Amino acid sequence: MSRLDWQLATVTAIRPETPRVKTFVLTLPQWTPHRAGQHYDLRLTAPDGYQAERSYSVASPPEQTGEIELTVELIDEGEVSGYLFDGVAVGDQLEVRGPIGGYFVWPAGATDAPLLLVGGGSGVVPLMAMLRHRQRAGLRNPTALLFSVRTPEEVIYKQELEALAAADPTFKLLITYTRQAPAGWAGYQRRLDAAMLAEAVAQLPGAPQCYVCGPTGLVETAATLLQAQGLPDAAIRTERFGPTGS
Amino acid sequence: MPFVNKGFHARRPTDGAHKLPPGQYETQDFPVLTAGPTPRIPLVNWEFRLEGLVESPAKWTWNEFNALPMQSFNPDIHCVTKWSKFNTKWRGVSLDTLLEHVQLKPEAKFVMAFSYGGYTTNLPLADLRDGKAFIGLEYEGKPLAPEHGGPARLVVPHLYFWKSAKWVQGLRFMADDEPGFWEDNGYSMHGDPWKEERYRADDEPTLDNARFRL
Repeated sequence: MSRLDWQLATVTAIRPETPRVKTFVLTLPQWTPHRAGQHYDLRLTAPDGYQAERSYSVASPPEQTGEIELTVELIDEGEVSGYLFDGVAVGDQLEVRGPIGGYFVWPAGATDAPLLLVGGGSGVVPLMAMLRHRQRAGLRNPTALLFSVRTPEEVIYKQELEALAAADPTFKLLITYTRQAPAGWAGYQRRLDAAMLAEAVAQLPGAPQCYVCGPTGLVETAATLLQAQGLPDAAIRTERFGPTGS
Repeated sequence: MPFVNKGFHARRPTDGAHKLPPGQYETQDFPVLTAGPTPRIPLVNWEFRLEGLVESPAKWTWNEFNALPMQSFNPDIHCVTKWSKFNTKWRGVSLDTLLEHVQLKPEAKFVMAFSYGGYTTNLPLADLRDGKAFIGLEYEGKPLAPEHGGPARLVVPHLYFWKSAKWVQGLRFMADDEPGFWEDNGYSMHGDPWKEERYRADDEPTLDNARFRL
């Protein structure tokens, strides 16, 4: 069987991450190690033969063998995310193929180079795979995650990220709340801007490799501001979620 | 018996005049997908070139290019990330018009489109001829925006849209097929949405595809 043939995965766990985001743990009959940042395609088939496909980033690291975790955001009117949220239970089967994508992956060169991850909303998912891989592989390159969310309840992986930042002095977690911050919050409370990107870069001892993932507006802004910091285009990898990425 | 997801059914009826390739869904938006930052190209520095297996290369400045005969195009477009958009409205220069300006060498069979910012994508020459491809300069009646590939974008609507190189700078004619940027990262050498040629593993097996078919 080819690596990219469709296979029937079994849902072994479903974890709510936020009110509109769930993680699906899938056991694969033909698991192959992925690179952090890669995605799988998921296909739903109706009884009349109608099929819908979507791509979802893998959230789990390649060290987690035999299974993948897909973190899915519920999209308004989303025919695939809507079915996954309402129609899928532990024990059900889902058709997937992957892993796919060879550019928005880390590492893509030296594993000791500084790493800057910039995520907006569910754009944090492939970045989480990179952070989990970095931790599981015992890598300690200076790393920062700048994570833009609207409200405190929308911080995907909040506990895990905070625990990682507390345990690993080489990892800095920077959250900005663009709509509503938690009570007593002393950190950022605004959209990404030049000063914020400059401070994120300044957390790192040298020019970082950058990965930016999120909605188009955020990615355009962050990539342009990172260019303005003097980082070369080749050091800025982007992945954009359009508003229709259901 | 093919696998069925119980309780799943189509939620989005599509416009009956248009057909969706397998696995695609219709969107009204125009999502942006790019591997890196958006390049900004001053029009005074812009030029477009035809090179490689031609008797003598051709090149145009922005003003020269805009003096070429323009046409309107209203294609359906299909992105490998699964969205399709029907009846998009473009103006631009047909590849057939551009090809009148060069004498191709007989061995020219493939094309590498190359872009400002370093992007490349490969296509068979036959997929660019006979009204199938154009260089788009206007979208929905306005100059094409930088995030959508402006000032000028290759548009080859019958193939997945990553073949429609944004910020296009020229075309290099080749005797043999070579992978461009996404093709070298696992995507199809051809990219026909009706055959669902998304990934290299979906292409016909060749020696060069072996590493994508573990």
